Amino acid sequence: MAEFFHRKVERNAIGFVLLIIAAASVGGIVEIAPLFTIDETVETVPDMRVYTPLELAGRNIYIREGCYACHSQMIRTLADEVDRYGPYSLAVESQYDRPMQWGSKRTGPDLARIGGKYSDVWHAMHMNNPRDVVPESNMPAYPWLARTQVDASSLSAHLTAQQALGVPYTDEMVADATRDTLGQATPDSDNAYAMAERYGEDTQISAFDGVTTSVTELDALIAYLQVLGQLTDAAYIDTAAPELPSDPAAAGAAVDQAEE
Amino acid sequence: MSKVEIDPVSGEQTTGHEWNGIKELDTPVPRGILWFIVVTHLFALVWWVLMPAFPLGWTYTKGILGIDQRDTVEQVIVGNQTAREPWTSQIAALPFDQIQADEALMTHVAQSGRQLFGDNCAACHGLNGTGRSSYPDLTDGDWLWGDGSPEAIAETMRVGINARHDETRMSQMPAFGRDAMLRRPEVRQVAQYVYSLSHPEYSTADNVDTIAAGQQLFIDNCSGCHGESGTGIADIGAPNLTDAAWLYGGAIEDIIESVHGGRTGHMPTWDERLTATEIKTLALYVYALGMASP
Repeated sequence: MAEFFHRKVERNAIGFVLLIIAAASVGGIVEIAPLFTIDETVETVPDMRVYTPLELAGRNIYIREGCYACHSQMIRTLADEVDRYGPYSLAVESQYDRPMQWGSKRTGPDLARIGGKYSDVWHAMHMNNPRDVVPESNMPAYPWLARTQVDASSLSAHLTAQQALGVPYTDEMVADATRDTLGQATPDSDNAYAMAERYGEDTQISAFDGVTTSVTELDALIAYLQVLGQLTDAAYIDTAAPELPSDPAAAGAAVDQAEE
Repeated sequence: MSKVEIDPVSGEQTTGHEWNGIKELDTPVPRGILWFIVVTHLFALVWWVLMPAFPLGWTYTKGILGIDQRDTVEQVIVGNQTAREPWTSQIAALPFDQIQADEALMTHVAQSGRQLFGDNCAACHGLNGTGRSSYPDLTDGDWLWGDGSPEAIAETMRVGINARHDETRMSQMPAFGRDAMLRRPEVRQVAQYVYSLSHPEYSTADNVDTIAAGQQLFIDNCSGCHGESGTGIADIGAPNLTDAAWLYGGAIEDIIESVHGGRTGHMPTWDERLTATEIKTLALYVYALGMASP
């Protein structure tokens, strides 16, 4: 019987190929399909913000320069990572990352919660030459970012693509992408107020690279880095390590609770 | 299949395939490997039952051990916190001077503080806290904000300087030259006067007029923040201009640059990123850095 089956399958090329594809797909289907059906895999967070056009431009630069090759954006569920970087990453935090930038290599530190950790000025100096601020650093310098203008006019198309993929950009955001790009890097301008209204008061409006007269790739990249980990507070609310218990008895109770 | 053929040398069956007279043996798989396959499959079966494994539409099998990575990490963190509890609770509860008087607590501060400093502060202030241009040296005993007490250091960490915190410390040196508050020669005169404050030998009979003019400009424009004598006001982060500590360089050219273009320092707020106890630990660590250097 087995002999007969084997003979038959092996001698039918197309049928054999289809069977191979079916067998090889099982692993993928078992891992991917549940992500669509099991709610627990991605948290629902009402306050999740979208990237502004300038931040999206920065993200594109991050990908273009291959930052992901040395930096991860994924704090794993390990105590020492939580100690060093903060609450572990939730799936929802990269909900609008297409593609996600989790990475798997850490020549440099994890960047999932880098937003707000250092000042804009520090980032500008660090990009121009990392050794200027961190003598031990082996990160390459990216001095041309400060000299290269952001292609603001193309960002409307980038937003349209993201919109098609399900990122909740409004048509207004798409239409005004260029103006919002300029606004975010020019504090106290009319464009800045308009973009803050569209993207929410938590949006960081700053001169990022310290120059307000032009919007450079350095502006975009700093805007992106400064928003990493800042799009939602979900990780701090749902998973933050419980505050230090005030007395040992309470500490014991906290452990019991965690074990349940 | 071809007919069964036995290799005369090894006594094993061949596959029946022949290449230029060479035939392939059809030796059975070694028993050890077969056993290995059986055992690993059995292990997988047991593991499927014990651990979270199979998706079942809208849910998944949780495994009878009930292991969950998120619970596990939370337990480890709580465990670590409980282990540190004996000293962290004291740091949280005691005032700074009592902690400093307790040698055992200060040992914990030195160890834990070094970790925290390396993870959070070293990127700007350097691994040893000596800073660099635009980033203050924390070891020189010269403080822009407050009196350099652990309380003042902790407060700076909590709210930051020109940071995104509601109570942040705000301070900015205006761009006197660029924003046309002073004319070009006036910027130079005031810079020369400021330089002479820390370098008395710079003031000679030749430039006494320039320096006097600079002094008048200083009193009119700068004394509101830096004080009439130029010793600064630590409540508003205005630096003392008469000492040897310079954040943006102390040469006349550097001072001209500062007067012309202004300066705005930034220190992020650590209120959300670090716990109150961690901020306290770091404040004591930074204070000790300043004490340790002559």
